[in-house]
Amino acid sequence: MMIKAAVPKGRPSSVPKAGVSAGTGAVSIDAAGLETRELNDRLRELQLSGTKRVEISNVCGQRYIGTRLYTPEGQQMEIDICGTAGNDLAAFLSGHKITVDGNAQDGVGNTMDSGEVVVRGRAGDVLGFSMRGGEIYVRDGCGYRAALHMKDCEGKRPVLVVGGGAQDFLGEYMAGGVVIILDLDGESHDANFMGTGMHGGVIYLRGTARDDQVGAQVDISPADEADRELIEEYVSRYLDRFPEVEMTKEEILASPFVRLTPRSKRPYSGLYAY
Amino acid sequence: MRSFVFPEFEVIRDEERCGSCRGCERQCAFGTHTYDPVADRLVSDDHKCAGCQRCVIFCPQKAIVVRPSPSFYRPNASWTREKIEDLKRQAETGGVLLTGCGSDKPFRIYWDHILLNASQVTNPSIDPLREPMELRTFLGRKPEMLEISSKDGEVEIRTELYPNLTVETPILFSAMSFGAISYNAFKSLATAACRSGTYFNTGEGGLPREMRSEFGRCAIVQVASGRFGIDAEYLNVAQAVEIKVGQGAKPGIGGHLPGEKVSLAVAETRMIPQGTDAISPAPHHDIYSIEDLSTLIYALKEATNYEKPISVKIAAVHNFAAIASGIVRAGADIIAIDGLRGGTGAAPKAIRDNVGIPTELAISSLDRRLREEGIRNRCSIIAAGGFRSSSDVIKAIALGADAVYIGSAALIAMGCTLCQKCYTGNCNWGICTQNPRLSGRLNVEIASTRLSNLISAWSHEIREMLGGMGINALESLRGNRDHLRGVGLYEWELDVLGIKGAGE
Repeated sequence: MMIKAAVPKGRPSSVPKAGVSAGTGAVSIDAAGLETRELNDRLRELQLSGTKRVEISNVCGQRYIGTRLYTPEGQQMEIDICGTAGNDLAAFLSGHKITVDGNAQDGVGNTMDSGEVVVRGRAGDVLGFSMRGGEIYVRDGCGYRAALHMKDCEGKRPVLVVGGGAQDFLGEYMAGGVVIILDLDGESHDANFMGTGMHGGVIYLRGTARDDQVGAQVDISPADEADRELIEEYVSRYLDRFPEVEMTKEEILASPFVRLTPRSKRPYSGLYAY
Repeated sequence: MRSFVFPEFEVIRDEERCGSCRGCERQCAFGTHTYDPVADRLVSDDHKCAGCQRCVIFCPQKAIVVRPSPSFYRPNASWTREKIEDLKRQAETGGVLLTGCGSDKPFRIYWDHILLNASQVTNPSIDPLREPMELRTFLGRKPEMLEISSKDGEVEIRTELYPNLTVETPILFSAMSFGAISYNAFKSLATAACRSGTYFNTGEGGLPREMRSEFGRCAIVQVASGRFGIDAEYLNVAQAVEIKVGQGAKPGIGGHLPGEKVSLAVAETRMIPQGTDAISPAPHHDIYSIEDLSTLIYALKEATNYEKPISVKIAAVHNFAAIASGIVRAGADIIAIDGLRGGTGAAPKAIRDNVGIPTELAISSLDRRLREEGIRNRCSIIAAGGFRSSSDVIKAIALGADAVYIGSAALIAMGCTLCQKCYTGNCNWGICTQNPRLSGRLNVEIASTRLSNLISAWSHEIREMLGGMGINALESLRGNRDHLRGVGLYEWELDVLGIKGAGE
């Protein structure tokens, strides 16, 4: 990769040499050799000039894609990324739809507020950390500490769907939202310490989980009718986004699912002397 | 279980003065005073008294005195009354002892062992009533050098400058979240900050939407381990963003805002469900290294279009100066350093009174370390933890701080008496509570005026002391330890502070 000097601080980069693709009407950016900040400068300029759709090719670890796309007016963009998205993809994301044709590194959807992220590959550690709204779909597996301290609030309920498996500390401190781990590659949920400190939200695992895999604050129960309706809805959406997945909805749903829920909204209420 | 603990305070009522108006009964949310209709008199339960003095000050007849109860155990230098009673409380509940406010333990207060200089004959002193005195301070990264050009008498700075906070006096309000403190207390801090040309810090409880457009211009917003109340608008309406790693009152641990304090308004602002515990984990779980911290610093710079300085707040602990060096290299524009006596709404007493190092020593070692490494210009230092007066502030500047955060001092200005019962949610002064009956007692106009008065008074005193030293700009005092002398300090303490003994 060509190495370029960093853009001087505070100075916007030159107007992007962006081509308009005839088929989709999308503006394309070649990210080869672009520093993180240069790439995000270009995205920001395109957003401010009213561009609705951007395709970025040759992404190779550039960070924070989507993070600088907040405007008070809430202009929305669709961004297609080809390559490997770097750390903190969609951090603090405020709307927008981002699709990665490739893998994503750590911190996807960090403290994300709204919007949608689709990763046609696998995601690294701390996926969906402190995410409060929006949806993330990962075709394959993800790393450690996914959905850590995910939360919800009035009118917002984040959803994370992972096609493969998750690692240890899934849903630690989880305070809200929905996590669905489909484990389509059948590697089973080897993860430990799932839901440690969990005090809100719900995790659905396709297959089973043992008591020794979850934190002391978590109950494991089979998914009931209402749960399965919710799971079915999100499995459909998952398959819509990843038509290349070879399993059908019926095949996926034929497996048992378990539900991990917190025992209390107040896990530490008895800790103190007053 | 019957409690074996003495009441901490005794309430003495002058029956001749008392008019049985029941004002004290209404004032006390702890339920200390009750009216006995048969005897037509008020009775007090000393066990319930927090010693906050609300009833004393508001009794129209001045009929009440609250004082420490004189009961005692056999005097014992090791087993003090506090140690015995803390132990009994734990034996009775099995719980972690909670407390509020900064540590009240007799650690050496270095401010009281440092003396300021003044001019005599040579380098004459300056009268701030007649001469301009510059207290304005810029917080954030400064360039290595300034390139300027002049053309036709017009001077232009050619060097790209980094975003800085402009503060009219080196005193900012420390992070206190809506949730820990009441809406009125929070709004009073915001109002006073805007009026006095300084900043308030939202803490990690978010910034209520209806306050954003009016008070964003004097807000520093916090991103802490719980990531409460953070959205892109929150980051962008503020003037700076602070990553909270640690707090002087409880270094190394997180916090739990109990569910009963998570009212509807608090829940909306923190963006969490009403009534759940708001849990801030001990670390940020996306930060396990300096490189991870750098990732978050730059995520915030990206999120704010590189327009705002990013601060990182850490507690002063044993090896913090080396960590702080890493934080500067990670891209922080401001380091906030919170010392041993920093306040809190709730902290385990064992942590508050036993972890960390004093602010005074921390300021000096941090400033020295960054100078030695040649990176002092890359960040500003805001010192926090136990500032009680303008002289503490000016000594901190001379030790190397750029500005200070005041928390307890600001609360005291609004009425707080440091009763240390913040964690109960029953603050009779309307400051540290979400009970609308109590928080309504704090009038935003009056409280913000008291805060602005404090800033104005301290700023004037700083000008007087500065003028006395023959200095007309605070900038010239920063890190200027020659203007300080120590009294009653050991050699190692003078060395850490980097000051000479008095008379030397």
